[in-house]
Amino acid sequence: MFDVMKIRQDFPMFKNNPGLIYFDSAATAFKPQPVIDAVTDFYTRHTVNTHVGDYDLSHYVSGLFEETRETLRRFLNARDAHEIVFTNGATSALNLAAYGWGAKHLKEGDVILLTEAEHASNVLPWFKVTEMTGAKVEYIPLENDGTLTVENFRKAMHEKVKLVSVASVTNVLGYVVPVKEIAKIAHEYGAVVVVDGAQSVPHVKIDVQDLDCDFLAFSAHKMCAPGGSGVLYGKKELLEDTDPLMVGGGSNARFDLCGNLKLKDVPWKFEAGTPNSEGVLGMKAAAEYLMDIGMEEIEEYTKELNAYFVEKMQQLDNVILYNPKATAGIVTFNVKGIFAQDTASYLNTQHIAVRSGNHCAKLLLNVIGTSETVRASLYFYNTKEEIDQFVEVIKGTTIEKCIGVIL
Amino acid sequence: MDAELKRAILLDHYDKPHNHGLYEDIRYKGLNTASDSCIDDLTVQCLFEGDIVKDVRFDGVGCTISTASTSIISDLIKGKKKEEALHIIEEYYKMIREEDYDEDLLEEANAFDTLSKQANRIKCGLIGVKAMEKLIRESLDEH
Ligand SMILES: Cc1ncc(COP(=O)(O)O)c(C=O)c1O
Repeated sequence: MFDVMKIRQDFPMFKNNPGLIYFDSAATAFKPQPVIDAVTDFYTRHTVNTHVGDYDLSHYVSGLFEETRETLRRFLNARDAHEIVFTNGATSALNLAAYGWGAKHLKEGDVILLTEAEHASNVLPWFKVTEMTGAKVEYIPLENDGTLTVENFRKAMHEKVKLVSVASVTNVLGYVVPVKEIAKIAHEYGAVVVVDGAQSVPHVKIDVQDLDCDFLAFSAHKMCAPGGSGVLYGKKELLEDTDPLMVGGGSNARFDLCGNLKLKDVPWKFEAGTPNSEGVLGMKAAAEYLMDIGMEEIEEYTKELNAYFVEKMQQLDNVILYNPKATAGIVTFNVKGIFAQDTASYLNTQHIAVRSGNHCAKLLLNVIGTSETVRASLYFYNTKEEIDQFVEVIKGTTIEKCIGVIL
Repeated sequence: MDAELKRAILLDHYDKPHNHGLYEDIRYKGLNTASDSCIDDLTVQCLFEGDIVKDVRFDGVGCTISTASTSIISDLIKGKKKEEALHIIEEYYKMIREEDYDEDLLEEANAFDTLSKQANRIKCGLIGVKAMEKLIRESLDEH
C-alpha cells in the first residue's frame, strides 16, 4: 500500500523544514535516508578509490560500484548492465550522446529532429553537432497546446533524418511523449533515437527494451539520488560505436609513447578519471528505494496528485493553466496579470518553493504564447493537503501582495 | 516611507510605467539587460545632448520590481547632467546596500528602501538602473 505519510518520514528535509511546501522536484528531488546512509557509509566506512583492487576496502567499494550498474539495469530493464554509463546528470549524458555518437556519425545534409519543447540540454549539444558536421536541426511541430502527436512526428520524419532526440516528459509542460511509437517509426528510416528522460525516469516506469530507444539520458539527482549523479543508457552496439567525451586515467587499456591508445571496453571507456563513487553508491540506494516502493505505484500516485491539482487549479478564476492534460506531476500556470517571478517570490514568503521562468525551454515560448510561467512540480512525497494549501494561497494572490514582498 | 504609499507608488509605475516604449532613433544609445540570473529582459535607451541625459526610454518583459525601479529612476535622471544622474544612481545603490544616503534626492525611489530585506529580489531592483549607469558611463568615455 502506498502510504505517503510513511514515505515522508524517510526524508529528513521535511523534518528539518517544517511547513515548507516543496513543489520544485523537477529541479531536484529530496533524498531519503537510505540514500543519505549510502553516501555517509562511503564517507565513514569505505572512503577509498574504486578499481584499485590492491586492498580489501577498494575491492569492496568496486564491487558496490559495479553492482550499481546491475541495479540500474534492472531499474530500466536494460539487456546488459554494461549498457549503463555513469555520468553526472542528463546534461553530460546528452552531451556524450551528441559529441560521442552524433559528431562521429552525422555528416553534411543529415538532419537531427528535435521538438520545440526541449530543455536547453537537449538542444544546445545538437547545435554544436551541426556546427561540427554540417548536419542541420529540424523541429517536429507541436499541437497548439504543446503536445506532440505521432501523426506530426510521422510527417516530420524523412529519409535525411539520421537522429531524433526528444524528452519523454517535457520539463515545462510535463506531457508524456509517445516515445515507443516514435522509436518504431524512426527505426523504419534507420534513424537513431535519443530520449531525454530527465523528467520521465523519476516518475514513470521505463522499460528501455520495450521503448526500443537507442540512448536514454537522465539525472539521478531528480530521482532521489545524490547531486551530480546520472546515467546514459545506450544499446551496447551503439555505445561501442560511440567516442568518449573525455579520455584519461581509468578509460584506457593501454597506450604508449608513440600515441597508440587502446580504450577499455564499454562502459569504462566513457568513465575517465576518478569517479563520483559516493554519487554512484547513492544512486544505487535511490534506485532500490524507488523499486521497493514500486515505480508503477509512484506513477499512479503522481497521476492522481496531478489530476487533483489540475482540478483544483481549474476552479480558480485568477489562474491561467497551460498544461491541463499533463500527468507527470508538472503544473505550469500564471496568476492573471502577475509576472511569474512576482508570483514565485510571493509564494516564497508563504513557504512554498516553485520555479518561475522559461525553464531552459526557450523554444517553447512560440508555442504556448507566453514567455514566463510558474512551474509547480510534484513528486511522490507530496500530498493532497499540500496542494490544498497551495491552491488556497494562489486563490488569494494579488499584485498588491506580490509588491508587499519588498515592503 | 509608509508601506501603503510605497505600494501605491510601485503599483502605479508597474501599471503605467513612465518613459516606456523604445524609439527607433539612431541618436538613442541602447542596452539590453537579459541576464542569466533572472528572467527579466529589458532594453534601456538614453539620448544624450552635451553633458545632459536628455531622454531615457525602456521596454521589455520584467517583474514589478524591475519595471517600477527602471520607471522611477528614468524619471529621476531625465534632464539631469550626466554627473548628477550618476550621483542619483549612486545614492540609490547606497540605499540598497543599507548605507546612509540622501533621501531627498531619491524621491519616489525611496519606495525601495526595504528592498535589501529580500535578497533574492535585489537584482530586480538593479537591472534597469545598472543599464542606465552603463550607458551614461559609456557616453562619458566617448568624450
Ligand atoms: C527535460 C530535462 N532535460 C535535461 C535536464 C538537465 O538535467 P541536469 O541539469 O541534471 O543535467 C533537465 C533538468 O532540469 C530537464 O528537465
